[in-house]
Amino acid sequence: MKIPFKYILRNFYSRKLTTTATVLGMTLVVVVFTVAFMMGMGIRKTLSVTGSENNALVVRKSSQGEISSIINREVADIISSLPQVAKSSEGKPLISTEPVVIFIQPKKGGGVSNLTVRGVTPVAFQIRDNIKLVEGKTFGFGSRELIVGKSISKRFNGVAIGDKVKLAGDMWTIVGVFDAGGSGFDSEVWGDSEQLLSAFQRTSYSTITFRLSDPKQIEQLKLQFDADKRLKQFTPEIERTYFSKQSNQTSGFIMGLGVFITLFIMVGAIIGAMITMFTAVANRTTEIGTLRALGFTRGSILISFLFESLLLSVVGCVLGLLISSTMSSMEVSTINFQSFSEIAFNFTLNIYIVLGAFAFSIFMGLVGGFLPSWRASRLKIIEALRAA
Amino acid sequence: MSAIQVDKIAKTYSRDKLVVPVLNDVTLSINEGEFVALMGPSGSGKTTLLNIIAGIDRPTSGRVSVLGTDIAGLSESELAKWRARTVGFIFQFYNLIPVLTAYENVELPLMLTPLTKEQRKQQVETALRVVGLADRMNHSPNQLSGGQQQRVAIARAIATDPDIIVADEPTGDLDKVSANEIMTLLERLNKEFKKTIVMVTHDPSAAERAHIVRHLEKGDLLPGEERHENA
Ligand SMILES: Nc1ncnc2c1ncn2[C@@H]1O[C@H](COP(=O)(O)OP(=O)(O)OP(=O)(O)O)[C@@H](O)[C@H]1O
Ligand SMILES: [Mg+2]
Repeated sequence: MKIPFKYILRNFYSRKLTTTATVLGMTLVVVVFTVAFMMGMGIRKTLSVTGSENNALVVRKSSQGEISSIINREVADIISSLPQVAKSSEGKPLISTEPVVIFIQPKKGGGVSNLTVRGVTPVAFQIRDNIKLVEGKTFGFGSRELIVGKSISKRFNGVAIGDKVKLAGDMWTIVGVFDAGGSGFDSEVWGDSEQLLSAFQRTSYSTITFRLSDPKQIEQLKLQFDADKRLKQFTPEIERTYFSKQSNQTSGFIMGLGVFITLFIMVGAIIGAMITMFTAVANRTTEIGTLRALGFTRGSILISFLFESLLLSVVGCVLGLLISSTMSSMEVSTINFQSFSEIAFNFTLNIYIVLGAFAFSIFMGLVGGFLPSWRASRLKIIEALRAA
Repeated sequence: MSAIQVDKIAKTYSRDKLVVPVLNDVTLSINEGEFVALMGPSGSGKTTLLNIIAGIDRPTSGRVSVLGTDIAGLSESELAKWRARTVGFIFQFYNLIPVLTAYENVELPLMLTPLTKEQRKQQVETALRVVGLADRMNHSPNQLSGGQQQRVAIARAIATDPDIIVADEPTGDLDKVSANEIMTLLERLNKEFKKTIVMVTHDPSAAERAHIVRHLEKGDLLPGEERHENA
């Protein structure tokens, strides 16, 4: 292109009001798009680091999530005697039989939300080695005590150390806060598995997690479950994979909704860009005629107006990304549709979201700018010059 | 030798089913280094004729040859290249690009040449010096008077050193003093730089500065020509 870039740039600057309005339209699209994806990615990231690659988690096949899974003690005994369950140095199977329930607790900003309570056995801390106590002490096995994940202690009322919460009619004391390294466990409350079972008068667990003697055996273990009539209603999965899959529905919904809203406001932003560019072409008709007379081609005119339109959308995109990036790593929470409880996560801005935002913006700039630019390039020189 | 040879060109516009004749078999020959003024009442076809000579409009019939090139035979993009090399444009309302400085406006046609930035700089400065505005090169058009803007436009027209300059009422928007300055400048381009100039004007005192004045009337080029021996 022969038309100097400063011509494009100065025209872009010269009509401050329309440029600003159009750019902000583009910015809005980019913010909505990136925020939705930053949420989705944040949820995925949180749940994809939940649990270990070396553990297997067993759930009832028909269950949607841990809370709707039921595994009775007989099945638990069969599983704990499987050769694929790793053993401790004392020869004990590394298995944690866990009831998972939810309860309602008031949030700090007002309102209430669901919290997941996981009953664990002492082995749980051995097989999930990234759990660290950061405050207080751990719950005593055999007592009605609970410890809370660090995201919970930040977001909920009545869960500070020393506070008591009502669970299954009994009062339980919060005795400690743990850090699960930014994983989904940070949004859970943990207590003694047996105490929880007795409080809820339950005889069965929700899920069973054990250390695999060899994580590669998982596929073969699945087949073994299917072949065993006592186990075929259940399925083992690598623990981390299980939680990672639990994020798909929620993150997929959020990102899908994000794309949907983005497409809607995108139509508005494209029309805005189109109007701005049509106005620019109308205001600069004589200028276009002059450029053409001087020897600039239709192609140069087309490209220069397209560039101007792209500038609107790309500047809007950069601005949108700047706004979104201030939210990056901000902690937020939402209900996870599959566990029905609150999960805290960080907005996560990654290169794919950035590239996606640019792709969206370039699309908007090209689509919005094409008709006006085409019109500018099709003007007849003498008619354009006569427009003065 | 003739720089511009117009042979029996006609131009018509069809409006609805009506055919409106604008130029009727106009034949005109302009020698190299000539300074010709076209006069005539409004609507007589002056601008149309000038545009055809400059290659921004095409005749309905007839031939136009400029410096040996039959411009009717050129494609649109060839014509654009040809204009960039051969023709300098001066308009009644200057037609400077408002967002560009005087310097950048003059540089614009040079963007179409293979010249380097440094070479362009020399050409721009030379052109601005010719029109006496070297000290205003960083001004934008709206910081200049009408006369100054037209001088910048003249600098733009001569920046690529074209052989032919076309000017459509170059003094039409100016006061007497500025108009006089512009005409002095055009005379100088003609005498000193040997430019062939075709100028449309309503202003008798501007026409007086040309060597030859031709009259158009309702699309016909009148046979007589006035000659001024001020060359
Ligand atoms: N695009 C067009 N469609 C129809 N008629 C046109 C068109 N362009 C010019 N004309 C007509 O052609 C005739 C000559 O126009 P032109 O601009 O050449 O006149 P002119 O001699 O330059 O007049 P003026 O002194 O007012 O500038 C006019 O009657 C005009 O209305
Ligand atoms: Mg005219």
